[in-house]
Amino acid sequence: MTEHFEPEIVAFCCHYCAYGAADLAGSMRLNYPANVKIVKLPCTGKVDIIYLLKAFEDGADGAYVAGCLEGNCHFIDGNIKAKRRVARAKKLLDEIGIGGERLEMFNMSASMGPRFAEVAREMTERVRGLGPSPLRK
Amino acid sequence: MADKVGSVLVIGGGIGGIQTSLDLVESGLKVYLLERTHSIGGVMAQLDKTFPTNDCAMCTISPKLVECGQNLNIEIITNAELGSVAGKAGNFEVEIVKHARYIDDAKCTGCGVCAKSCPIDAIDEYNYGLCERRATYIRYPQAVPRAFGIDKDKCIGCGLCESLCLRDAVIYGDKEQVKKINVGSIILSTGFESFDPALKQDYGYGEYPNVVSSFEFERILSASGPYKGHIFRASDAKMPEKIAWIQCVGSRDRGVERPFCSSVCCTYAVKQAIIAKEHIREGLDTTIFYMDMRTYGKGFEQYFNRAKNEHGVRFVCSRIHTVDPGSDGNLKLVFSDDDGQLREEEFDMLVLSVGFKPTKNVEEFANRLGIKLNEYGFCKTSTFSPIETSRAGVYVAGAAQEPKDIPATVMEASGAAACAEALLAEAKGSQIVKKEYPPEKDVSGLKPRIGVFVCKCGINIAGVVDVPAVTEYAATLPDVAYAEYNLYTCSQDTQVRIKEIIEEKQLNRVIVASCTPRTHEPLFQDTIRLAGLNKYLFEMANVRDQCSWVHASNPEAATEKAKELIRMAVGRAAFLEPLHTIPMSVIRRALVIGGGVAGMNASLSLANQGFEVELVEHEPELGGNIRHIHFTLEGDKPQEYLNSLIEQVQAHKLISVHLESQVKKVSGHVGHFESEVRSKKLEVRKIEHGVVIVATGGVESKPIEYLYGKDDRVITQRELEEHLANSQSTIRNPHSVVMIQCVGSRNEERPYCSRICCTQAVKNALKLKEQNPDTQIYILYRDMRTYGFREEYYYQARKAGVIFIRYDEQAKPVVSNNGRLKVEVKDPILGADVVLQPDMVVLSVAIDSHLENENLAPLLKVTLDASKFFLEAHMKLRPVDFGSDGMFLCGLAHSPKLIEESIAQAQAAAGRAATILNKERVEAGGVVSCVEEKKCVACLTCIRMCPYDVPFINKAGVAEIEAVKCHGCGICASECPAKAIQLLHYRDPQVVAKVDAMFG
Ligand code: FES
Repeated sequence: MTEHFEPEIVAFCCHYCAYGAADLAGSMRLNYPANVKIVKLPCTGKVDIIYLLKAFEDGADGAYVAGCLEGNCHFIDGNIKAKRRVARAKKLLDEIGIGGERLEMFNMSASMGPRFAEVAREMTERVRGLGPSPLRK
Repeated sequence: MADKVGSVLVIGGGIGGIQTSLDLVESGLKVYLLERTHSIGGVMAQLDKTFPTNDCAMCTISPKLVECGQNLNIEIITNAELGSVAGKAGNFEVEIVKHARYIDDAKCTGCGVCAKSCPIDAIDEYNYGLCERRATYIRYPQAVPRAFGIDKDKCIGCGLCESLCLRDAVIYGDKEQVKKINVGSIILSTGFESFDPALKQDYGYGEYPNVVSSFEFERILSASGPYKGHIFRASDAKMPEKIAWIQCVGSRDRGVERPFCSSVCCTYAVKQAIIAKEHIREGLDTTIFYMDMRTYGKGFEQYFNRAKNEHGVRFVCSRIHTVDPGSDGNLKLVFSDDDGQLREEEFDMLVLSVGFKPTKNVEEFANRLGIKLNEYGFCKTSTFSPIETSRAGVYVAGAAQEPKDIPATVMEASGAAACAEALLAEAKGSQIVKKEYPPEKDVSGLKPRIGVFVCKCGINIAGVVDVPAVTEYAATLPDVAYAEYNLYTCSQDTQVRIKEIIEEKQLNRVIVASCTPRTHEPLFQDTIRLAGLNKYLFEMANVRDQCSWVHASNPEAATEKAKELIRMAVGRAAFLEPLHTIPMSVIRRALVIGGGVAGMNASLSLANQGFEVELVEHEPELGGNIRHIHFTLEGDKPQEYLNSLIEQVQAHKLISVHLESQVKKVSGHVGHFESEVRSKKLEVRKIEHGVVIVATGGVESKPIEYLYGKDDRVITQRELEEHLANSQSTIRNPHSVVMIQCVGSRNEERPYCSRICCTQAVKNALKLKEQNPDTQIYILYRDMRTYGFREEYYYQARKAGVIFIRYDEQAKPVVSNNGRLKVEVKDPILGADVVLQPDMVVLSVAIDSHLENENLAPLLKVTLDASKFFLEAHMKLRPVDFGSDGMFLCGLAHSPKLIEESIAQAQAAAGRAATILNKERVEAGGVVSCVEEKKCVACLTCIRMCPYDVPFINKAGVAEIEAVKCHGCGICASECPAKAIQLLHYRDPQVVAKVDAMFG
């Protein structure tokens, strides 16, 4: 049923590590599915729950937040705060029937290009398995 | 004498050279940065993670690379060497020999088509030969300058790259060029080379494939390395289950003429073991074979303990003599175990922790430069001038002077900058170029008119993405007034074109769809600024690194994605607003807290650069700890030095000294602080200043064990030193002495290493021996940490007959008194108890942080670490900066350290402080958070959430965020329950517009 389903996924990436890792995946010419589009923010600490919910309301099938490794946020602990918000948003998504599994938080360093590609693949697979978002018209 | 020249030649583009260059230009001196290879970055750019925080090396260095590459006043000269040097301090005439690169780095855009087409493979030195590169190559993906070069030894001249390069950047006939420049000062940051482990034949490097050097292992660990971060053995591509490290390969080894300690290998081995364990989660056995674990730096001991206790890294104190082949590609080691038993064990893989050696041809280089080297071939300096070489006006930073780690290198780099700035104070600014910009156009109220420039990047983008179709699509999007594509949007001619089109089409927002904002946003922002647009009216769509390069196998999907990315950029661009910074004037005066060696050196360095200094000391006299130091291992006279230092400070007309005074209040922000200093007589002085340097020092702790305070014959090292220096002392000549190391250090109460005590013990032991060679001396130690060149004195002490006995923390020595002093200790090598009956027991006691720190930290709103030393902004790259701008630290306030290290750090703090004091104004604002007062309910959430303690409730009863203090992370904005805070440039509508646009 989901064979030809190409999910739309938003990735909120911090400017430092995660965005750097995404660029490095490029320099290393790693391949990953084109489903993921990045929204760059200074730090994952800037990811507002509203952004996450808005993405789903707009029709995203999945979303994730990618920041620096824990302990390495360029603004000390923005990624820890983001992690809490992602957990809260996951609960909300569960409650309203969209499903918290469609949202995830990842941490990586700027030298982890392969990890960025892996995460993009992982999330695409996961969301593909879940099928289109119930909100998608 | 000829006038002083306002420029500096920095030799070596590693992290030291980069830091010193950035500091110099900030302080008004032009820089020529000379680099031997094709790109800057040095060894740090080859590392995976850095200790003790396990920060990714590339993450931390790459913003600095970019900054260097973009600074108008730093001229990077790669693939070049120093020719001749004439002239003298203030005005040197220098010849630089620039070797042929065969690709014009000014024209090359780094697209990489040349390398892709190159048919010839060569050894990839960046990856230590673990994989191959092409004959046309770039050292590493993030390299600066982002330009390729041709390895002419390998090139067969087939002409492919020349014919494919759309920029005509390939020059087969490129020739060596000699460039003549005049500079006021020269800073060496030439670094080191690693020891060739093949010289240590018994370890089988080069013979057994599964023996690698630690530098190679670093590349193996790296996610961008030869195996993409997977750890494999070379013999069978099997993931190892058991890895061993052998320490001191090419260090502390007279057999290979490397008698000194390389200082960093113990901690990097700890790091590699931890990281390797994280890579191989299935369970990896790691063992480190060492002689002494020298984890002496700030936070290193705790790191070592975590490796042992939390990560399960095994540490075995045993010198390995030979490596034999085992079964199945394994390696067999014989060692003596903790209980002294000989054991044999096999490992899948062996990492040799290789040491440092001077760079190739260093003698010849030193001759050309006219500087002296020490007996090991490193640059010669002295205890009290740790950054100055033997030639006036030539300074040194980093491992060119002694093996050292990144923070020490970065510190000295800032220190060297300070030295050059003092020398060239009157020439500052004379060679700095400033760009002139036209006045900004007012775009408020105008309907967005967006211009989209899509880059083909040669064939990098256009080879995958259908660029004309994407451009056509972009032109149909709302608010887009114009769209076009370019062969290289970043090339100089396109910049001119973009400016013209902004004029012609009356654009008020610009989008470039090309590579990545991380490297190119500043360039385009500058272009639109030159066309009169505010630089925040720019947005970039990443259609190369995050599109064409990663979806090369699916051009249709890539083209679709490129359209979507541009649509998202357009959506956001319509909401962009101009941002402005507010210039805040800088008070060109420093407040220095603490009048010890560090505080006085920092003060002098700043005053010599022409800045006023208010130096506050709580004691009745200047000097601090050095007052108790009477001699050094190197034969210096600390008291003479101290006297001359005090004289210079007191005589300097720009320095005011406040003795018996304390800082009681600090308010304000970078560039303009207001502080209150209270004297003993309770007089309060108000001081206005632009920066603060904290140099509160440390104190010798009072021991509570080993009968100290109960028996006069038990004294501390410092007390012994006082006796030794005092010709009247009655106990200058003991017959036998037992010294006990780590008294109060490296335990639960003080988990850190006090760093200086091993050196101090060796120093005092040698002094005792010098006075009377028959004195029996025993040093009971846990690990002898005589790092760097201090190792020589440890060797001399053993040669002079000092007996070193290792003890275990679990079985500490016992000191008792039944008439005679008695010391009992268990010697793990003999496995037996040793009983000693000395005349004197000398305790090497811990260094404590200063009590004052706890009062000062809240005043300055800065953080202390668990041991109450001040915490710097970043252990590696900002070792003397506090997290809050305009505040710096140095000396023992930061952590225990030796005099020469305190002096270097003080100069570093002064160098960093000068980057602010040198400016007439600091700019506040830009991407910062703003409170909408009407919405604020003063719930205090932002105050709790801000990592930097910036928001406060103002007189109007609402939250206020001072632009000059805000770091722009946006945490407060996303936490504010009333949505009263917005981060400029990332306002909610601006972010949401981008998300909305993704879905059409
Ligand atoms: S900067 Fe990357 S998560 Fe904060």
